[in-house]
Amino acid sequence: MSHAFAQRHIGTTGDAQSHMLATLGYASVDDLVSAAMPASIHADLFRQDGDSALPPAATENEAVAELRALAGRNTVKRSMIGQGYYDTFTPAVIKRNVFENPSWYTAYTPYQPEISQGRLEALINFQTMIADLTGLTTANASMLDESTAVVEGMLLALRASKSGSRRFIVDTDAFPQTHALLLNRAAALDIELARVDLSEQTTAADLGDYFGVFVQYPAASGRIWNPQNVIELAHEHKALAVVAADLLALTLLKSPGDLGADVAVGTSQRFGVPMGFGGPHAGYMAVRRGLERQLPGRLVGVSVDAAGHPAYRLALQVREQHIRRDKATSNICTAQVLLAVMAGMYAVYHGPQGLRAIATRVQERAGALVAALRAIDVDVLTDAFFDTVQINVPAGAAEVVAKASASGYNLRQVDENTISVSVDETTTLADLSYVVGAFGGRSAFGHVDFDAVQHGLPAELDRTSEFLTHPVFNTHRSETSMMRYLKRLADYDYALDRGMIPLGSCTMKLNAASEMEAVSWPEFAGIHPFAPLADVEGYLHLVRQLETWLTDVTGYDSVSLQPNAGSQGELAGLLAIRGYHQSNGESDRTVCLIPSSAHGTNAASAALAGMRVVVVACDELGNVDLADLHAKIAEHAENLAALMITYPSTHGVYEHEVATICKAVHEAGGQVYVDGANLNALLGFARYGDFGGDVSHLNLHKTFCIPHGGGGPGVGPVAAKAHLAPFLPGHPLAQSDEHYLLGEGGASASVIHAGGPVSAAPYGSPSILPISWAYVRMMGIDGLKQATGAAVLAANYVAKRLENDYPLLYSGENGLVAHECILDLRPLTAATGVSVDDVAKRLVDYGFHSPTMSFPVAGTLMVEPTESEDLGEIDRFCEAMIAIKAEADAVAAGRWPADDNPLHNAPHTAQCVIEGEWERPYDRATAVYPLASLVRNKYWPPVRRIDNAYGDRNLVCACPPPEAFE
Amino acid sequence: MTDTSALQYTAEHEWVLVEGSIATVGITAYAAEKLGDVVFVELPEVGSTVAGGTVVGEIESTKSVGELFAPVNGTVTATNDAVVNSPELVNSDPFGEGWLIKVEFDTLPTLLTFAEYSALVGE
Repeated sequence: MSHAFAQRHIGTTGDAQSHMLATLGYASVDDLVSAAMPASIHADLFRQDGDSALPPAATENEAVAELRALAGRNTVKRSMIGQGYYDTFTPAVIKRNVFENPSWYTAYTPYQPEISQGRLEALINFQTMIADLTGLTTANASMLDESTAVVEGMLLALRASKSGSRRFIVDTDAFPQTHALLLNRAAALDIELARVDLSEQTTAADLGDYFGVFVQYPAASGRIWNPQNVIELAHEHKALAVVAADLLALTLLKSPGDLGADVAVGTSQRFGVPMGFGGPHAGYMAVRRGLERQLPGRLVGVSVDAAGHPAYRLALQVREQHIRRDKATSNICTAQVLLAVMAGMYAVYHGPQGLRAIATRVQERAGALVAALRAIDVDVLTDAFFDTVQINVPAGAAEVVAKASASGYNLRQVDENTISVSVDETTTLADLSYVVGAFGGRSAFGHVDFDAVQHGLPAELDRTSEFLTHPVFNTHRSETSMMRYLKRLADYDYALDRGMIPLGSCTMKLNAASEMEAVSWPEFAGIHPFAPLADVEGYLHLVRQLETWLTDVTGYDSVSLQPNAGSQGELAGLLAIRGYHQSNGESDRTVCLIPSSAHGTNAASAALAGMRVVVVACDELGNVDLADLHAKIAEHAENLAALMITYPSTHGVYEHEVATICKAVHEAGGQVYVDGANLNALLGFARYGDFGGDVSHLNLHKTFCIPHGGGGPGVGPVAAKAHLAPFLPGHPLAQSDEHYLLGEGGASASVIHAGGPVSAAPYGSPSILPISWAYVRMMGIDGLKQATGAAVLAANYVAKRLENDYPLLYSGENGLVAHECILDLRPLTAATGVSVDDVAKRLVDYGFHSPTMSFPVAGTLMVEPTESEDLGEIDRFCEAMIAIKAEADAVAAGRWPADDNPLHNAPHTAQCVIEGEWERPYDRATAVYPLASLVRNKYWPPVRRIDNAYGDRNLVCACPPPEAFE
Repeated sequence: MTDTSALQYTAEHEWVLVEGSIATVGITAYAAEKLGDVVFVELPEVGSTVAGGTVVGEIESTKSVGELFAPVNGTVTATNDAVVNSPELVNSDPFGEGWLIKVEFDTLPTLLTFAEYSALVGE
């Protein structure tokens, strides 16, 4: 008899839960949740038991078999569609040791740098690779995809340009998905877009007034042209030049930096990351010197630790939305770390010569194709090219594309006369012979003569500058060396495969192996995002099912899976609200009310949706201050667009008045946006749509088991009521714009999502959707409810066990919390001088990842155990926290000096306790083995506490020379 | 040592030293303490015109960002390059080497006295 999956997913057994419930004084988990959650929002009020559209839970084997069947309904053809997505060989050593390795994929964003040195090094490799190839000084640690990176480039240009203009010029030969995103995002911000053919002789007079200019290099058609003149004109006009560049082409072509560009953007997909029907992949952005502080997203920098050794950590964090809120450089938080790590490692493994060899082969294959086509008098339009050419077939494009398709090749039909063909590192001469065959050039014996090669690279743009000269890119050529490098970096880090990561608001639950299975199957991994409808039937079926299930568990009517991060889901939801108000002739509704307790991303997203943020106060219990809410609604009634509220609140409490709050907003003509970051406290027990939400984003990488990947990928679907559904994100290149809509009496109906796109690909990051699909399929509605109950039980148990040592900052009804609890360390700090940092770093010595520090309240720790941890691990954590409190008391009692004690000096490396004379007032065992159990199971941090200020004052965001580590 | 009781202040936690028609501006020790380790300072260009009460620069720490407000209408006559190169001066000597800008003004608005500012920050 196999176990039900829910028993594998949920860490606490029946006996353990009984013990925890007895500690809290409740008879059952249902009783506990009922006592914690307001009765007015309980799902029982709104639907009958058994109304759920979710199928009964499948076993792991059954779910994987169903996914196999869905995969079988996709058709993997050889893709030559291009447009920013190319087939690639993922080196098996990277696939096995990174992509499929929980040490990499279950890690969190490296906010605790001392226990994240492995992925921080991998990310600084990525940044160095991007900076080198683009010829610019500083690159960030990934964007969500190429098109959103272009949008961020436009916004950066707007911030940094002193032109005073709000007009952005886009070259006509850019990817269509990028242009569609620019249109959508510019419209919300009152930016005027102008499309100009910049490759023609351009003069200043042609261009008018503008703050920035965008060119694709090589261009979307495959054509290579020199944008230097355009860049110089932009600079004369105090405008910035943003160039989207193909990384593989840049190994052969003059870099954007050498051409004078201010910003380079693009994707690193073709560096070993499968196409995955559109994602996830890591986009990139690099900037010239002087623009570092304008960079959106996460940036890794070098600093020093307490011993003066070099150490990595996130740099310039104050640019980001958790500090700057609506003034942040972007709303992006979660990026694409796992995929950036893979792309960086692809460059580490191949090195500069290897990458050049791959690029040269791609270019030669493209050249062979051109020569073979010209030999049979086919009209190839592109003379200067890297990997993509356009071909003129008067009135015959559809026929040639159909012939190629019948042979198993997807070409791109540009219009009725034009075809585009892209070559990549996987393309063989045999592949090319079939392509030539589709144009009628293949003999009956299948022979095509490829002796001639048309050279495509213009000499004036030959790359002469070096790249990837750092030893890390010139060392790991053997698989043994590469495997050991990946293992060494993984060993530096603390991920879920070592122990609990009790990060409040992050939901670090199990990412089950069976959920991961399908991700690397070729039928999911090997599909181009713009493949024809007939090829993606399995994918579309999976998408439709997941849309249906997610609407069912949230109480909404339709879901868009397109947003590829929570931040993008927020933006999509707010843009839907904006579209709705505009369609009602109420364009003046632009005020977005946001409680002061909200995550900073809310405010950043609202600003990007063209809304004005008005902050609503919170009371001393952490709840929305109702008097202030009513006052703000009254003050802005005419202009009220929306309220953004997180539920349960960011304080980890089920706010009692949430239904009242939603009603007040509706009565004033506003829409209610419920941030779904904390959905893990609600699933199965209550639904946003029932108690007043109009739209929400969900974080599939929190509640629905997509692994955090060390800081991405994320998926942030947006779910909405029917009246907002037509304004959810659509996509001009979508295979189908019809989406699930909950119809009358629960029937399955359809709606067209007609809003503008927010992601480069129509379904965002589809290759990881099988993870969430499998989770819901294997849990069923009852399993999801059990998981919520176990999560709420664990959080309340931790709060109870620690109540004598760390006061609970906020609680709701009956003194209970939801799925996380905030421990107030401020009294401890006041009494002992021991800070939140000291406790967080000391937890490393005890073998734990710290809870969330100083969010949402400075001087506190927020603990979220999730349902996946077992009682033994939860108790181990509580005991570590209690032991640390005793150490702090010893500092207060004067046993140890305030500036020389195990907390102040934490974390302790092996080196610091072994080398030299030991002169601390505590012994070495106290430093590194504060509990006897650690002797056999010790996590050793590779560095001591890191100096953040040093790194921000001396900004270095590329690999330091090896001598630095001597 | 700067005589802080001889300076004037703003509610934005800036100090102003008036010498003739030139106002030297910095942030107070209280503000520097609240910001924490300052890592980056962005100042307006010399020669630029500033309007009293508007944001003309930024003081960034590892955990927060403070805005620099112009306390007077006028023209920037000097900025402190030493602070741009060594932002930690704002923490180590906020009333001295950590000065930020000098502004030439026509009329001086009413600013806070030392006693008024001390009352504001509760010291």
